[in-house]
Amino acid sequence: MHTEARTLITIVTEAALERRITDDLKRLGAHGYTISEARGEGSRGVRSAGWEATSNIRVEVICDAATAEAIAMHLRAHYYDHYAMILFMSEVGVLRPEKF
Amino acid sequence: MDPIVLFFVLGLVAGLARSDLRLPGPIYEFLSVILLLAIGLKGGVELAQQSLAALLPQMIAVVIMGSLLPLAAYPVLRFAGRLSRVDSAAIAAHYGSVSVGTYAVAVAWLVSRDISYEEHMPLLLVMLEVPAIVVGIMLARGAAAGTDWKRLGHEVFLGKSIVLLIGGLLIGWAAGPEALEPVSNLFFGLFHGVLALFLLEMGLVAAGQVGSLRRHGLFLVAFGVLFPLFGAVVGGVLGLLLGLSPGGIMLLATLAASASYIAVPAALRLALPEANPTLSLTASLGVTFPFNILVGIPLYMRLAESLHSIGG
Repeated sequence: MHTEARTLITIVTEAALERRITDDLKRLGAHGYTISEARGEGSRGVRSAGWEATSNIRVEVICDAATAEAIAMHLRAHYYDHYAMILFMSEVGVLRPEKF
Repeated sequence: MDPIVLFFVLGLVAGLARSDLRLPGPIYEFLSVILLLAIGLKGGVELAQQSLAALLPQMIAVVIMGSLLPLAAYPVLRFAGRLSRVDSAAIAAHYGSVSVGTYAVAVAWLVSRDISYEEHMPLLLVMLEVPAIVVGIMLARGAAAGTDWKRLGHEVFLGKSIVLLIGGLLIGWAAGPEALEPVSNLFFGLFHGVLALFLLEMGLVAAGQVGSLRRHGLFLVAFGVLFPLFGAVVGGVLGLLLGLSPGGIMLLATLAASASYIAVPAALRLALPEANPTLSLTASLGVTFPFNILVGIPLYMRLAESLHSIGG
């Protein structure tokens, strides 16, 4: 089976940022994204998702390498300093590259 | 002690003992939606029987109070607490705004004792939500600097607590008491049960703040208890000047004593990202909310009664 290489960006951050981040993603060229609710613990304490202020989301975007880099740079510049956020990238294979 | 308050204590104790009890996020969301709508509907039904023009002076008065309370809190936080400018402004905004959960407990307290109050109070509650946010941001940034007010306005006014409260007010106002009868079992009949579950969750959340309370220490505890007492006196005196009944004075005192933990944190997280949300939530949820629920509300009733007897 032939697959094309694309980049999967996974962002785990505060639920309060959802609207802002999805606006950013679309503006920076992502064709779609998937959001799920998440909880965990990190340098900013336990994010237990019990109520609004401690809710986390996990945003996944598959896109080409250039878009991925633009998204990562943008998020790093705008959110890393003041928000609970981690971001990581991995290579994935997709069957329909035109979708991403 | 009221049974609903005991639910709060149960949550608090379970949380402190590190029980694995937790309500899933969607349940908490659901409970708060019902509470916000129920409070809005109740106020809306009452508004249908009053002219808005007659209530205008009260609305203006509480907006002024909501703008002045953060200005009183800010210097205390900045100079007595030695907090940074942004953190002082953020905490001040929380204390100028109101807690719907505290209001709901105060109403339940009055209802269970058959004490009447002005039922249009939810209108004043809505008016108190927003001014403190604006004042807090101006305290942190100065009047001129680059806040995107248009975007922020969108996020604040379309935040769920404001949408549901105003939506409830409008539905109640448009429908009137008889038309609401079919939904009244859910919103009014179950109110105390829903509030009890909500308080169970709030107890768990408040217990979660204890760790940061230890880190941030005595000042926040002192502020979280003393500023609400000051606020209660301000709110109580204003209630007296507005000619409210003892129940109404008590509710306005409670509103002024309460600190927001829904609308303000959400708005400030976006508007003042560099403010440390742990500080304001520790004070408002870890100290002030439990204080108001456990100690404050009966105290504010006594305050209201003595104010009313002096004034009347």
